Amino acid sequence: MSNAFPEQIIEQENGKKILPFTINFGPQHPAAHGVLRMILEMDGEIVERADPHIGLLHRGTEKLIEYKTYTQAIPYFDRLDYVSPMCQEHAFALAVEKLMGLTVPLRGQYIRVLFSEITRILNHILNITTFAIDLGAVTPSLWGFEEREILMEFYERVSGARMHANYFRPGGVHQDMPKGLAEDIAIWAEKFPKFLKDVGELLTENRIFRQRTVDIGIVTKEQALDWGFTGPMLRASGVAWDLRKAQPYDVYDKMDFDIPVGKTGDCYARYLVRFEEMRQSLRIINQCLAEMPKTGAVMTDDHKVAPPKRGEMKMSMEALIHHFKLYTEGYHVPAGETYTAVEAPKGEFAVYLVSDGTNKPYRCKIRAPGFPHLQGSDFMCKGHMLADAVAIIGSMDVVFGEIDR
Amino acid sequence: MLPVEQLQTAILAAVGDAIVQSHADLDELTILVNRPRIADVLRALRDDEAIMMSQLVDICAVDYPERPERFEVVYHLLSLKHNARIRVKILTDEATPVPTVINVFSTAGWFEREAWDLMGVTFDGHPDLRRILTDYGFEGHPLRKDFPLSGYVEVRYSDEEKRVIYEPVKLPQDFRSFDFLSPWEGMTFERPMPVLPGDEKATPAETTVKP
Repeated sequence: MSNAFPEQIIEQENGKKILPFTINFGPQHPAAHGVLRMILEMDGEIVERADPHIGLLHRGTEKLIEYKTYTQAIPYFDRLDYVSPMCQEHAFALAVEKLMGLTVPLRGQYIRVLFSEITRILNHILNITTFAIDLGAVTPSLWGFEEREILMEFYERVSGARMHANYFRPGGVHQDMPKGLAEDIAIWAEKFPKFLKDVGELLTENRIFRQRTVDIGIVTKEQALDWGFTGPMLRASGVAWDLRKAQPYDVYDKMDFDIPVGKTGDCYARYLVRFEEMRQSLRIINQCLAEMPKTGAVMTDDHKVAPPKRGEMKMSMEALIHHFKLYTEGYHVPAGETYTAVEAPKGEFAVYLVSDGTNKPYRCKIRAPGFPHLQGSDFMCKGHMLADAVAIIGSMDVVFGEIDR
Repeated sequence: MLPVEQLQTAILAAVGDAIVQSHADLDELTILVNRPRIADVLRALRDDEAIMMSQLVDICAVDYPERPERFEVVYHLLSLKHNARIRVKILTDEATPVPTVINVFSTAGWFEREAWDLMGVTFDGHPDLRRILTDYGFEGHPLRKDFPLSGYVEVRYSDEEKRVIYEPVKLPQDFRSFDFLSPWEGMTFERPMPVLPGDEKATPAETTVKP
């Protein structure tokens, strides 16, 4: 506990000068949600200033992507926000499709939307339950992780991996869903409202939970816009803005769902928005399962972009050449630039992709929603107790994979 | 969504004197503005009724080492009211600072720190221009094109010294970089065909020399 800010000497009413008391919070702290290090300047138990130090998980993703082909870049997106992998692949796939002018077959689009929403539930379960842990309630996480395990099994069945799926590709999705998966998701979707009800009963009306969240970390509408907040952080402050409605991608324009909006902009509103979003995601999942074409391609048939089928490769020399070229050289993306955003569970996740016409991105800037959210922790924590800082960080839904990149 | 042409007209009317160039590709509007005017432009775009870019979504820098002003600083704006996006660009180099826009959008603070940290673009008037993503005491700007992918130093815990030490990077195997820009394939998107590294393999020197 050192004095990190010598310029901030406080003069008290009786003329005495005191140095602010600083606390080092994290990076190894269960409530730091990973590797957040915060220097908190305290006045008694009141936070005067919060200075987050980030970058402890910086892996140079943007630099690495510049040295990889477009296909090889996709797995890096899983590793950004590692609790909502597929939504981030979605942003990159859409960006590449936009530059190349590709269209995705309808079934492929439905599968993408289906799994984006499964990802959203996956993310919100984690956030709500770990938020509850931060506030002292352990039970929701025990229940929530069981649900997450089921959802990650769906991931595994469709892509082969529980978390780092590498499933959405420019042009569609890598493979069709295996037989029986749609039915199993439908069975799960029937049971899931029970889980929501149980967790909601534990938390929503819970007195302690409310005492810890209501009127804590209030963000006004103006502040949310000024500080670049997106996603549930923006909606909890009363701004009805969702990219799935405003700038729909894939088949979101065919989906019927509502955008929950908070009124108060405090931690409790953010919790309620996320909670309701899970219900709305469930609606989208059910619609996808009902409306999805039962058969058909899931990937564009342009073999300059999408690899040929395995069976085809055994028979056709051309298919073999295409496969070889795609997995060594990759495809060339026309020169140009695009900023393509998706509504990831945490907010607006976007890729600013600059292509110079070669097989590697010239620049791939990743716009992570958690980055501006965490920046706001200073004004959100100001004037609150130390324990409330924990609640505020929990309600921001920060994951350091995407913030540090 | 607001049509791009309409947005372009509104922007030219609002801040036309600061705009060097504007074009719309792939339905995305890009304007290049004079560097000293950037804060004014963003403020005008935020407050103009017909544009109302209420959010600064992202700031990043792109490095083009071969240009006289090597960095493009790119600001992405979003209008919630008109459901539109604009990309605002300015040019700069290593030595010339860019005026900060922190007084227009508070969110610029960290984004500008990131651009300074990773690309080495300096921002004039920023109250707290520290490094943000790289290690404490890091040197260099890793996203520049002339910064090697492997970096210059690597860290490990030294059991002898009982602390984490920094050493120059030693790669047991060279980083593999393949020449994919083969002269007989690829790059078929642009006409006239650009000159690629490797083109000399396809056209021997004596045939290109004119008598």
